[in-house]
Amino acid sequence: MIKLEQLSFGYSDHKILSIPQLEVKDDEHLMILGKSGSGKTTLLHILGGLLAPNEGKVVIGQSDIYQLSSAQRDKYRGQNIGLIFQKPHLIAALTVQDNLLLAQYLAGAAQDKGRVKEVLEELDLSPKRLKKVKALSQGEQQRVTIARALINRPRVILADEPTASLDDDNALRVIRMLKSKAKDCHAALVIATHDQRVKDEFDVQLNLSSS
Amino acid sequence: MNLFVLSWNYIKAKPLNTALNILLMSLGIAIIMVLILLNVQLEENLAKNKRGVDLVVGAKGSPLQLILANVYHIDFPTGNIKLDEAKALTRNRLIKQAIPLALGDNYQGFRIAGTNHDYVKLYSAEIAEGALWKYNLDCVIGANVAKKLKMKVGDAFNGSHGMSVADMPHEEQNYQVVGILKPSGSALDNLILTNVESVWAVHEHDAEEDGHHHERVLGSAYETGLPSGDEDAEITSMLLQFRSPLGAVQLPRMINSNTNMQAASPAFETQRLFSLLGIGVDMLMAFAYIIIAISGLSVFISLYNALKDRKYDLAIMRSLGASQAKLFVHVILEGIIITVLGGAIGLVMGHALMEGLAGLYEKSDDIGITGFIFVNQELYVLLIAIGVGVVASLIPAVNAYKTDISNVLADD
Repeated sequence: MIKLEQLSFGYSDHKILSIPQLEVKDDEHLMILGKSGSGKTTLLHILGGLLAPNEGKVVIGQSDIYQLSSAQRDKYRGQNIGLIFQKPHLIAALTVQDNLLLAQYLAGAAQDKGRVKEVLEELDLSPKRLKKVKALSQGEQQRVTIARALINRPRVILADEPTASLDDDNALRVIRMLKSKAKDCHAALVIATHDQRVKDEFDVQLNLSSS
Repeated sequence: MNLFVLSWNYIKAKPLNTALNILLMSLGIAIIMVLILLNVQLEENLAKNKRGVDLVVGAKGSPLQLILANVYHIDFPTGNIKLDEAKALTRNRLIKQAIPLALGDNYQGFRIAGTNHDYVKLYSAEIAEGALWKYNLDCVIGANVAKKLKMKVGDAFNGSHGMSVADMPHEEQNYQVVGILKPSGSALDNLILTNVESVWAVHEHDAEEDGHHHERVLGSAYETGLPSGDEDAEITSMLLQFRSPLGAVQLPRMINSNTNMQAASPAFETQRLFSLLGIGVDMLMAFAYIIIAISGLSVFISLYNALKDRKYDLAIMRSLGASQAKLFVHVILEGIIITVLGGAIGLVMGHALMEGLAGLYEKSDDIGITGFIFVNQELYVLLIAIGVGVVASLIPAVNAYKTDISNVLADD
C-alpha cells in the first residue's frame, strides 16, 4: 500500500511536483503518464525512498519512510519495494543467480536458492541461471531485473519506463508479466511511462502535466 | 553471497588489472622480505660468533680485518704477534681468559686453527664423534668440514699453506682426525682445530726436514692457556675475556699504545660494519617501499577509474537495500583483498628468493643463511599490505559512500 499526503518537491524556488493526496492499495495498479521532464522519475524515486521530498508524508506499508534513518530506509526499501529501471543495470561481474542472491543478501533476507530458481522459472529464465548477465539479450536482462524486483516478495513494485528499450511484443509482454506478478505477491504496482503502446493496459492513470 | 564474495567477483572481472596490482605489491614485499631475512640471519650469526669475546689482540693493521679474520674467519689475518709478548699480556689481572689462535693453513679451503679446548667451550660446542685433540697434529673438525669433505675419525690429510685451496700443500706432515664436532651454528662448524704447536710443527718441517714426525707429542697447553715455545714463536691472535668491565676501559688503550700489538672490540667493529652495510640495505629498503607505494597508487587508480563505470552498480545496490556503510566496506575490501593477496605472494616469493640466493652463493651455507626461517617481522609486512589496501581504497570508498542514488539512476 502506498499513501501520499501533501507531497511537494522542487529545487529551491522551482517547484516541479505537488500532489495533495494519493493512495494505491495492495493489488491495485497505477500508471503515471507524462512527457519526459514532467517529474515521473522524480515521483518514483520519492516513492522508492531514493529521494526525500521537500514536504509531505510517504507511507509505504505501515511506515512513513522518510521518518526512518538512512540505513533503516535502505533496508526497508530492500525488503518491501521492488524497483525496475529503464535500463537493466544488473551487476555485470556476477551471474544471473548471484545477482538475485545479492538482492536477498543486501535486503538482509535469507539467501534462498530455491526461491531464486522459482522466480527464474516464472520468468522463463531457468536456462540462463548460471550465465553472466553480459551474455544475455536486452529483453532477457530486463526480465532479470523484474526477477530481482520480485525476489524478496515486495509489497510495492515501482517501474520506471520498463518498456522504453523493448520492441512492441516484448513491451506488452513485460507489462502483462508485471501485472500478473504483482497480483501474485498482492503488491501495489506503479509504472511510470510515456509509452503509448502500453497505455490501455491500465485503468487507473495519473497524468503529470509539466506545469 | 556476501560482501567478500561480491568484492572478489569484481576483482575477478578485471584479471589483467588485478594481476598487475598484485605483481607490484608482491615484488615490493618480496624485496623487503629478503632484506629482513638476510639482516636477521646475519645479525644473529654475527652475534653468536662474537659472544664471549670481549677483545681480540693481534698484529697491527685494520681493526675490522682483525675481527673478521679471527672471530668470523672470513678475512685474512693481519699478521702474527710474538708469543712472549702475548704471554706477558695474559698476566694482566684484568684478563680472565685468553684463547690463542694460530692461523695460516687450510685443507680444501677450510681453515686450520691452532688453539686450545677453551675455544670449543666458548661456543658451547659438543663433540659428535671421537674426542677432543690432545696430541700435536691430532685435530678435531667442524660439522660442515666433515659433511662437505666426507671425512671421518681416523682420516689423515696434509694441510696447505695459506688460506685458499690453490696454495701449495705441506708435505709429509700428516694431520689426523680424532674427533668431529656437532653443528653449533658458529664459526667452529667450518674450522679444523688443533694444537698451536701442530701449526708450528708443520711450518718448521718446511724449513728443516727431520725424521721425528711419527713421534706423538702431547700439546703443552691443549686444554687452556698459551703453549710454551721458543723466543721466535708466534701466534696470530688472542681472544680475550675481561675479568671486570674495567678491562674494556684500560686494556685497549694499554695494548694499542704500549705494545706492538693491536686490540679490537668485536662489538664495536661489527657495529661499524653494520652501519656501513646499512647504507646499502637502507637504499634497497627505500626502493622496496617505493614499489609498494606505486602498487598502492596503482590499486587506487584502478579502483578510482572503475568507480566511474560502477556508479550505477553502487546505486543499484543501494536501491536493493545496501546501506552507505556497506558500500564503503565493499570498496575497501576490494583494495585489501588485492594488497593482502600481493603481500602473501610477496612473502612466499621473498622466502623462495632468499633460498635461491643462498643456494647460488656457496658460502651462505657456512654462515647458515636459508629461506626457510620465519620471523616476527612478517606480520608487520602483512600489516603494511593491509594498510596500503586501506589507504589506496579510501577515496574511492568515500565516493561510493556518497553515491547519490536518485541522481545516478535518473541520469539514464
